[in-house]
Amino acid sequence: MFSDYSMSELTAIFAMQGFSGLILFSVFVLMALGLAIIFGQMGVINMAHGEFMILGAYVTYLLSNLFADYMPALFGMYFFVAMFFAFFASGALGMLVEWALIRHLYKRPLDTLLATWGLSLILQQTYRTVFGAREVGVSIPDWMMGSLPITDLIEVPINGIFVMVLALSISIGVYVMMYRSGWGKQVRAINNNRQMADAVGINTAWTDRMTFAIGCGVAGVAGSAFTMIGSTGPTAGQLYIVDTFLVVVFGGAGSLLGTIASAFSISQAQSIMEFFLSGSMAKVLTLLTVVGILMLRPQGLFTLKLRK
Amino acid sequence: MQSKQIKHPFLTRRDVIGYAILAAVIFLLLPAVLDSFRLNLFGKYLTYAFVAVGLVLCWGAGGILSLGQGIFFGLGGYCMAMFLKLEASTPENTSIQSTPGIPDFMDWNQLTALPWWWEPFYSLPLTLLAVVAVPVMFAFVIGFAMFTRRVSGVYFAIITQAVVAILTILIIGQQGFTGGVNGITDLRTLFGWDIRTEEAKTTLYFVNGALLFVVLMVAQFVRRSKLGRLLIAMRDQPDRVRFSGYDVAKFKIFIFCLGAGFAGIGGAMFTLQVGFMSPTLIGIVPSIEMVIFCAVGGRLSIIGAVYGALVVNWAKTTFSESFPELWLFGLGALFIAVVMAFPNGLAGVWAQHIEPRLLKLWPGSAKQPAAPAAEKTPAE
Repeated sequence: MFSDYSMSELTAIFAMQGFSGLILFSVFVLMALGLAIIFGQMGVINMAHGEFMILGAYVTYLLSNLFADYMPALFGMYFFVAMFFAFFASGALGMLVEWALIRHLYKRPLDTLLATWGLSLILQQTYRTVFGAREVGVSIPDWMMGSLPITDLIEVPINGIFVMVLALSISIGVYVMMYRSGWGKQVRAINNNRQMADAVGINTAWTDRMTFAIGCGVAGVAGSAFTMIGSTGPTAGQLYIVDTFLVVVFGGAGSLLGTIASAFSISQAQSIMEFFLSGSMAKVLTLLTVVGILMLRPQGLFTLKLRK
Repeated sequence: MQSKQIKHPFLTRRDVIGYAILAAVIFLLLPAVLDSFRLNLFGKYLTYAFVAVGLVLCWGAGGILSLGQGIFFGLGGYCMAMFLKLEASTPENTSIQSTPGIPDFMDWNQLTALPWWWEPFYSLPLTLLAVVAVPVMFAFVIGFAMFTRRVSGVYFAIITQAVVAILTILIIGQQGFTGGVNGITDLRTLFGWDIRTEEAKTTLYFVNGALLFVVLMVAQFVRRSKLGRLLIAMRDQPDRVRFSGYDVAKFKIFIFCLGAGFAGIGGAMFTLQVGFMSPTLIGIVPSIEMVIFCAVGGRLSIIGAVYGALVVNWAKTTFSESFPELWLFGLGALFIAVVMAFPNGLAGVWAQHIEPRLLKLWPGSAKQPAAPAAEKTPAE
């Protein structure tokens, strides 16, 4: 298998494959962060998570067209504005959904799953009606095109680096929010013991709503970032949902570090295997391994010590 | 303690009436009013009722929500399809291929010999065994791994969904062995009997209906037995059941395997009546839709599950034919409505609103026993 390649070529292949694994890793992290907040902290299964991401992607698409038509001078900057709007659009929708649906179902997790699946169908059809069934792509600003040559054989695409930087900064943002802010402390207190949190004066209903909204907002930013590396279609969200849930469950719900570690191991395994096997077999083997490990260790890689 | 024994008869009077009406609908009403094309469509819907009945036991009674019933439906269906495909791929029929005698899609994918695991499907008895045994064994592996480690609730649901994803990617990826995304098509005869004619389809409809009733009776038996009552106890208070000395995992594995076996039979009947099997019928989306059949019918009602499968599928065909845009809105709204407003589905609406009014009109029957308490409370 390796004999056809020279040593330097092999190094280059592994480096490139490793790098594409890193991009996949960033994508997984971006997808999973919002879910790690919603599922990990609140225990709510949001099957419409993918659709919240797609909302962010469509917001980015709209803004890129807007900038191209009316403010071409500022086109290089549009993405940052788009991210901001994506966060608020998805967050606002999340808040609405929490108020209308989720808050009635906190005690029935399996029913939440079905209701949010219904929501995802409705959102998909809405996107299809509004934006059409075809996939749309945004025009990437010039500074994000092309790639950086590192050696003669190794090149890394700039948009990939950008997505990685974004994933890193959002992870840090979520970490600070969850573990270094008063709000995060409240969220974790509620996760630990809802009644006690209520008793010491935390407004649990409002914190729940904000947590859900922020989780959805992070999903919107993730969707916005995805437009940099791929196109967006109405049903794209559904493709991500299984992977995303697996990443969070594999990492151990409630652990941010676990989510990142599991995103890293799954993405690296998949992208390295993709070189040796067909794409579908790599995916099958990766998922099988994850499910296999989950069968042996259902609580995931990292677990919080909690007294139930 | 009261000395009066609570009796749990196999069928109460309500049940007898319910099953009689259902039998009349399936065996008399539908064949009488539908042409053979529509009857075949309803036969297809009824194959989903097998899955829905399994889900009533697993999810409604046992509290195990599986988003992976499509796997078992698919495994049963594929077993049947493999047998029919081998029968259709005689050397005479496939003489234009570079390797005659193997299924056409294998030839297109440059396979020159039949894979070993296709061999058993030359035999009808082995195939019929496999239709039930393969899904059950698969369910046993999943159930054993998950339930003995006390995985339940949403985690179980997510993992079954991941298993669906794995299986469909595998089937699509391994085109040469499975027919890929097109599935196994061009099925012709069952033991020399052409299944594509109108008469054959009508016969299959009745066979399907009879099998469904066998399954319904098995499900009814389980629900009425001590096992059925234990299931509900396990759903509501797993720890108390465990402390009473029962092995909760074993019961869960059993009920999950039973549901899988039902789904497998449904899948095989689907293949026979529709004439093909493909991964798009068993993926993540269809698997969740199977749950909605059960939820719409009433997650605790065995009879309701059959109506749920019929109504949702009928609505799907009707709406997606005439208003394709509206269908997804409708289905989405159905998911939300059934959870928020009607957690007991059609059966709940019937028991709460329609039945009491009917009974008022019928003076002699004022002493009808009320539904057992367990059927009134929704699952979590």
